[in-house]
Amino acid sequence: MHELAICQSLINQVESIALQHRAKSVSLIVVGIGPLSGVEAQLLKNAYPIASAGSVAENTELVIEYLPVKIKCNNCGCESDALPNKLVCKQCGNWQTSLVSGDELLLMSVELEKEDALEDSSTNTNTH
Amino acid sequence: MCDTCGRNITHGNENFIKPGGKLHKTESGKEAVTVLHSLLNENDHTAKHNRDHFDQHQVLAVNLMSSPGAGKTALLEATIQQLDKNLKIAVIEGDLETENDAERIRQHGVEAIQISTGSACHLDAHMIHQALHNLDLSKFDIVFIENVGNLVCPASFDLGQHLDVTLLSVPEGDDKPAKYPVMFRKSDLVVISKSDLLPVLDDFKPERARGYLQDIASTAPILELSSKNKQGLPEWIDWINQQISLRKQYLLQHPVTAGHHSHTHEHHHG
Repeated sequence: MHELAICQSLINQVESIALQHRAKSVSLIVVGIGPLSGVEAQLLKNAYPIASAGSVAENTELVIEYLPVKIKCNNCGCESDALPNKLVCKQCGNWQTSLVSGDELLLMSVELEKEDALEDSSTNTNTH
Repeated sequence: MCDTCGRNITHGNENFIKPGGKLHKTESGKEAVTVLHSLLNENDHTAKHNRDHFDQHQVLAVNLMSSPGAGKTALLEATIQQLDKNLKIAVIEGDLETENDAERIRQHGVEAIQISTGSACHLDAHMIHQALHNLDLSKFDIVFIENVGNLVCPASFDLGQHLDVTLLSVPEGDDKPAKYPVMFRKSDLVVISKSDLLPVLDDFKPERARGYLQDIASTAPILELSSKNKQGLPEWIDWINQQISLRKQYLLQHPVTAGHHSHTHEHHHG
């Protein structure tokens, strides 16, 4: 159950981002997980209410994007989808492949509610 | 991960941040911040810090992982006996409870630090950092980190090691790489341990284990080894010696300067 430890690390990161941006609260957290990250999305969701209790991200919606396993063949260069335990080229059957995606464990974005947003509705912050 | 900005942008996720992507939108009164940092950012930062410490002292750090009871401590005991006596070893032991493994190592005259993780199922970089406060790295050539026996959780945490070694013991069955691809995929060497049992447990086929490792695109060498009858031990010792000299060569070409990294706390550099 390392998902709780990972969830606590997620909350710490979200709290420091909220502080940096002087946000009042956090309305959305988007996390990207690939099957080869070793993290179970459902367990992360279960751990979330425990890890976020009392933090700026308490009751925030947590969205998990599932990132697919993709490989590139070192022999024929073909890019294909793959199963986590079958990273073999679909085109030529070669086992020497490189992982293109599928091992991510990412905090992708957070949506913040700004402290001054209520006082000055003309300011529509949109930072990228 | 990008060393400059710390972001992880891959083919798999770049479409999310492009215009029109799922992350490229905001409602009024709200601010969307694209982050793309690893969820284990804090751990990874401390792991890098640990690696800097090892490198400053030219110490090779090897992370040993396996199921409980696959023979990690027995392998370390055999290694201590066989390794060139000029090479100084230290061991960091991770277990939920007890000092038993550290005691076994200490009986061979080798310094061992026991980390009791309580209910935590893995070691993380912060625990290793704490352990390093009690270890004078200038005295050693190689540090083995014996992780908590578990084929799942330890795979997700960088500790600051240079190399990962995973043991697959014969009684466990040869299909473990297919069942636990995350851990076996990141291994730099796979040791088929308790190989003295192969004649008895003949349903374990080393060739089949090799096939499952190829299925996860692992290029790691595989060693059949018995800490009991010493089969495969010379090859293991050769591998360690080779890795120590490879690391030293690497550090000659990429020297680490003292004080190159920062601390958030008072710290004695031994």
